[in-house]
Amino acid sequence: MIEGISIYEILTLSTVVFFIGVYGFFTRENLITILMSIELILNASALNFVVINTYLYPDFLQGTVFSIFIIAMAAAETALAIAIIINLYKLVNSVEVKDTDTLKY
Amino acid sequence: MDFSYTVYILLIPLALFLILGFGSKKIKPAISGWIGSLGLGIAFILSYYTAFQYFTHGKVNDVYQTFVYKYTWISFTDKLHIDMGVLIDPISVMMLVVVSTISFMVHLYSRGYMKGDDGYTRFFAFLGLFSFSMFGLVLATNIFQMYIFWELVGVSSFLLIGYYYTKPSAVSAAKKAFIVTRFADLGFLLGILLLSYFTGTFDFQVLNDPEGAIITQGVAQSFMGLSVITWALMMIFIGGAGKSAMFPLHIWLPDAMEGPTPVSALIHAATMVVAGVYLVARMFPLFYFSDDGFALQLVAYVGGFSSLFAAIIALTQYDIKRVLAFSTMSQIGYMMLALGVSKYEGHEGLGYMASMFHLFTHAMFKALLFLGAGSVIHAIHSNDMRDMGNLKKYMPVTHVVFLIAALSISGFPGFAGFFSKDEILAAAFENNMLLYIIGVFVAGLTAFYMFRLYFNIFWGKETKYDHTPHESPASMTIPMIFLAFMSIFAGYIHFSEYISADRMPFEAHLDITLAIVATTVGLIGIVLAYIFYKKPTNLADKMVAAFGSFYQWTYRKFYIDEIYMFVTKKIIFARMAAPMAWFDKNVVDATMIGIGNSTVKTSEKIKGIQSGKFQDYAMSFIGGAVVIAIIVFYIWTK
Amino acid sequence: MERIVFYILALIIVVFAIASVSSRKILRAVIYLLFVLMGISGIYFMVDYSFLGAIQLAVYGGGVIVLFIFSVLLVHHVELELEVTPLRKKLIAGAVVLTGLGISLWAILTFPFQQAAAGRTIEVSDIGHKLLSVDAGGFILPFEVISVLLFAVMIGAIVIAKGKKLNK
Repeated sequence: MIEGISIYEILTLSTVVFFIGVYGFFTRENLITILMSIELILNASALNFVVINTYLYPDFLQGTVFSIFIIAMAAAETALAIAIIINLYKLVNSVEVKDTDTLKY
Repeated sequence: MDFSYTVYILLIPLALFLILGFGSKKIKPAISGWIGSLGLGIAFILSYYTAFQYFTHGKVNDVYQTFVYKYTWISFTDKLHIDMGVLIDPISVMMLVVVSTISFMVHLYSRGYMKGDDGYTRFFAFLGLFSFSMFGLVLATNIFQMYIFWELVGVSSFLLIGYYYTKPSAVSAAKKAFIVTRFADLGFLLGILLLSYFTGTFDFQVLNDPEGAIITQGVAQSFMGLSVITWALMMIFIGGAGKSAMFPLHIWLPDAMEGPTPVSALIHAATMVVAGVYLVARMFPLFYFSDDGFALQLVAYVGGFSSLFAAIIALTQYDIKRVLAFSTMSQIGYMMLALGVSKYEGHEGLGYMASMFHLFTHAMFKALLFLGAGSVIHAIHSNDMRDMGNLKKYMPVTHVVFLIAALSISGFPGFAGFFSKDEILAAAFENNMLLYIIGVFVAGLTAFYMFRLYFNIFWGKETKYDHTPHESPASMTIPMIFLAFMSIFAGYIHFSEYISADRMPFEAHLDITLAIVATTVGLIGIVLAYIFYKKPTNLADKMVAAFGSFYQWTYRKFYIDEIYMFVTKKIIFARMAAPMAWFDKNVVDATMIGIGNSTVKTSEKIKGIQSGKFQDYAMSFIGGAVVIAIIVFYIWTK
Repeated sequence: MERIVFYILALIIVVFAIASVSSRKILRAVIYLLFVLMGISGIYFMVDYSFLGAIQLAVYGGGVIVLFIFSVLLVHHVELELEVTPLRKKLIAGAVVLTGLGISLWAILTFPFQQAAAGRTIEVSDIGHKLLSVDAGGFILPFEVISVLLFAVMIGAIVIAKGKKLNK
């Protein structure tokens, strides 16, 4: 609970961060930067959990706990994704999206 | 009396076919020949046992009974159903004897004749299939079952004619036989459908019951002044004519001689080709009683004409198997003629009996003739009688049995053919003078061309052979000797005691006057042949010159093949099939191909959507989600 | 006072977020991301969730960002500039994103949230109890699942990063 700030402002902030992350996800050409965009998205959602917990149900802890889980998941996911990226780099000597389109027609 | 064991006569050849067919790579030729012969031997013994039992115990109140063992296979209504089973009556028992005898003899003979052939086991497998189908046809309880086996017989005939499948002429002969008989069978099928539609049954017993509703009341519907039953019977007769090589559906039979000679003996002389005769005999009461026998008259005239037509062609052919083929056609025409002039009751039904009698004796001596011809072909590797001469020196046994068969078919007194032919002529004499005259004339022609064949092969000038001809092995001569025995003594069976149109035995006497006439004509034929061909003379050439273009016509078999070719190629193919093919290719196919092509082109254009870049997929996903969200909110706020 | 701090934080977060997704120098982008994460942890501190803010700083600032930097250094030259994204793609992405943003904001701003009165301060021990509680509403099971997940990721990351040599 921040003095003078309503839930709307904070939710707006988190939404904006979320969509900036989505924009980055769409437009980035490099796997590491895409991963960073995902971090933004995850952070925005974690922030949402916390804010809703604080403003609407201050006596409960679920939002906090879920944020903790999200942070743990994000860390795990990053570690794994970076492992994959490094392995990929060893294979194709690049981490560009355009070099990893073997799913194409 | 229980005749249910006759089903084994059917099942044994089927088992042979399956064993030899599936094991054709594993079973050694010598063994497969023995297996086949043994199986048919059992069927042979069973058939004779059946005949003995039936003809001694099958009578009640002096009428031969019909025994039927069947189960319902497909049921349409409570009246109309297709059964499978066996039917035992005089003609089916007689046919059992004929088929099993010839088939057994041919099996024995083939062990020698086919020795060393690559497809030896396959050959015996096909023989098993044929025997099974033929027994099934003979024992059929209803017309539909008969039709099924009828087609099976056609298939095995096709397989056996095309046995030497590397030879183009054999392949085309097989196709020709199949297509022509199939074409005729279409008529048969239409006849069956017509008949069953209007009478509501397939069953022979119901159809042929002289006191039954179908014969006594008939069917109300008629077309062009003839009752529907008559039309159906004429259609069915088309099927019979196709199988029995009656004019004008005979063109496949001479070509069918491309098959191995034992096959010709079995299928194209003794058994399958008489299926048409058997069919008419089987339906005889219906033929006789519907429309005062209009359909039956058709049978008589077709038979008479075919017999004359074929006999004339046989005079000029050089291929010995083709001579025999035309002779077969001629003799079957005889049988048809006899059926056609027959009446129903007592002695009036002489023609029916004579037809069956001739079928029986003809099977024996014609099979023998073919086996003898096969023996000759085996020895000198040629079918052409101009390559033969003076073979009596080298092949004494073949010579003697061939002579017996030739005398028998020529109606020489004392031989089997004499008796049966005499009955036919007697029946024709009583009912139809024109057909009688044709019959007598054909008898003379028959004697002439048979002895032309005989003198050309066994007498005459000796040609130079690549290697000295030799007598065939015992495996081939023994069946021939057995058949020679039958060709003489089959005539002494009192057929009228066993087979008659109304199932009641009657007394048939030899009509001495008619017999003398027929014998005289036959002897004239033989003597003429003796003069022409015993020693090399130029008389035959003079005759050819005298007849001029008529000889050419005959030699070319009256151009019937050419007419068919003209009709199919110039009219059906060029005028009808070609435009249809064009339509099919440019309209029907083009539409389908166009649809296919446009799909391919469209997908070629839009395949870029599948870029393989996950960001694009994610963008589409989010974009879609956004659109759905907009729609949901729009509806929600309304 | 707190409002001003919040707006400054919000400004930092948004500006550096945009910078992070648009910078062409990858190492700088990582640093900008660090600023964003720190800003968010600042907001956690402001709403009195100090523990969460500490975790955010420790895990993100200490772990994830370091991981990013290492990976960048492993696979890139530091001075390497990223490729420019085609304008068309940017425009489409921007359109989709702006529409989505509009929809989301509209939904949030029109929704009548029932704001509760200020509650008690959350102690770390509360969170600890909650996480390890086996009573109804306790989170022991997800907690254990997360621990297993982390373990699996540890092994998986090692195995994957070690990789296999291409046998050509």
